[in-house]
Amino acid sequence: MAILELVNLTKYYEVNGNRLPVLDGISASLGEGEFVGLIGPSGCGKSTLFNIICGLVKPDGGTLLLDGREGGSPRDVVSYMPQKDLLFPWRSVLDNVVLAREVAGENREAAKREARSLMPLFGLEGFENSFPAQLSGGMRQRAAMMRTALARRPVWLLDEPFGALDAITRKRMQRWILEVWERFKQTVFLVTHDIEEALFLSDRVYVLTPRPARVALHLEVGLSRPRSAGTMTEPEFLKLKKRLMEVLE
Amino acid sequence: MSRNKNAAAPVLFILAGIAVWQGAVTFSGIQPWLLPSPLKVMATLWEMLPLLAKHSGSTLLAAVSGLLAAVLLALCLAAVMDLSPWFKQGLYPLLVLSQTVPIISVAPLFLIWFGLGLFPKIVVVALVCFFPVAVSTVAGMESADPAMVNLLKVMGSSRWQIIRLVRLPAALPSFFAGLKIAGTYAVMGAVIGEWLGASSGLGVYMTRASHSYQLDRVFAAIFVISLVSLLLFLLITLLARLAMPWYYKERNNDNV
Ligand SMILES: Nc1ncnc2c1ncn2[C@@H]1O[C@H](COP(=O)(O)OP(=O)(O)O)[C@@H](O)[C@H]1O
Ligand SMILES: [Mg+2]
Repeated sequence: MAILELVNLTKYYEVNGNRLPVLDGISASLGEGEFVGLIGPSGCGKSTLFNIICGLVKPDGGTLLLDGREGGSPRDVVSYMPQKDLLFPWRSVLDNVVLAREVAGENREAAKREARSLMPLFGLEGFENSFPAQLSGGMRQRAAMMRTALARRPVWLLDEPFGALDAITRKRMQRWILEVWERFKQTVFLVTHDIEEALFLSDRVYVLTPRPARVALHLEVGLSRPRSAGTMTEPEFLKLKKRLMEVLE
Repeated sequence: MSRNKNAAAPVLFILAGIAVWQGAVTFSGIQPWLLPSPLKVMATLWEMLPLLAKHSGSTLLAAVSGLLAAVLLALCLAAVMDLSPWFKQGLYPLLVLSQTVPIISVAPLFLIWFGLGLFPKIVVVALVCFFPVAVSTVAGMESADPAMVNLLKVMGSSRWQIIRLVRLPAALPSFFAGLKIAGTYAVMGAVIGEWLGASSGLGVYMTRASHSYQLDRVFAAIFVISLVSLLLFLLITLLARLAMPWYYKERNNDNV
């Protein structure tokens, strides 16, 4: 059964009295434990779609099924990692990553103990008491990722998590995020505008058209796991890449 | 290095000012009841120290209590205004309007209502300090990143949690900027309250001294008032550093 299902979602914004259509009937489905990519040109409506899934924006049409139910509460199902890392500058790394647990009213010390044990996996060992301003870009993203993970929701929505990083850090983070995923086995819905990233990480990829967004292509990736740096040079990978490039032209 | 330079310049100006004052008084032969020399003021200050200390204590008590009352009230109001836009629309203009009422003209009313004790002084101080703290806190809370608020909403935060976890911390730098202003007003407010009627305090001491043309005592009191205000300001600066280590660390990083 799908943990997250989008059925024919539509959305338009009112801009200066004009109707700006953004989503034009998006349907998608994510099974439990799947890694699904969402790729589309800049400004096509990817973040808007995520905001709808989070319950921050109301769709104008269509249905959202969470855990098979309509009208379920997104906060019980999804954990959101927005495009900006949004680490709170006044909190230490440790206090930032346990934020969702604190909001839920759980024991802070227990959450912190769990966070401490996960610091090595997230490459933040020794930075527990640093403030976000003292971290590098890659570390900030990993801290934001850890905050998302510690929320303990079945679905992670990751909005261009590596968008602001340099190419080398980005490649390293892509391999790293697969390790994290192996460990947590969560469902991941990942937005990117990087074709290689989408293919390297995902089981399936949805490709969106320019605004108003429709699903231009639904692609089964089918590359074997675990994937490594070599995956990107396999003939099958290159074939899929070519296909995506053609659709996105 | 640059800190030392910053400290040296104002000290130099103050010393130069005092030297000119001393020179002018000595050479012009002006009467001490019109303008006492700085040396005379210092001598009086030394002589009066125990009495001035006692009066300072009572002024400082009024100033700090009034400031605390203003801060408490301002924080509550800022939180309520944040929870209800309707409240904010209704109250904000009143806040600004309250600032146009000259404090000198309403302070006598407090004396009539509350008598000569500590309480009317606290009310005057609170009234003077309330506005800068309230306005800066409200502005600071408004400056909170809406995306951070959204993040908390997705986590399931209540409205109160949003205030506690994002809006208030985001308002801290602005709050402390307002508090510094209020801190310098607080001692002045207490002195004004004492002028109008009180049994002790630097304002009382000053009124008595000026009525008997003891200007050396007036200047000594002015000196103490400045000193007390300065101490309060430094205390607030210290509090800001303790409350927002992240803010100063961040800024240090930018400087590097
Ligand atoms: N709140 C809003 N009001 C009006 N227009 C908006 C709003 N949010 C997004 N848009 C517009 O909707 C389009 C899609 O935005 P977005 O979902 O952020 O795109 P993406 O994440 O794919 O880059 C853009 O043209 C953007 O300008
Ligand atoms: Mg976006």
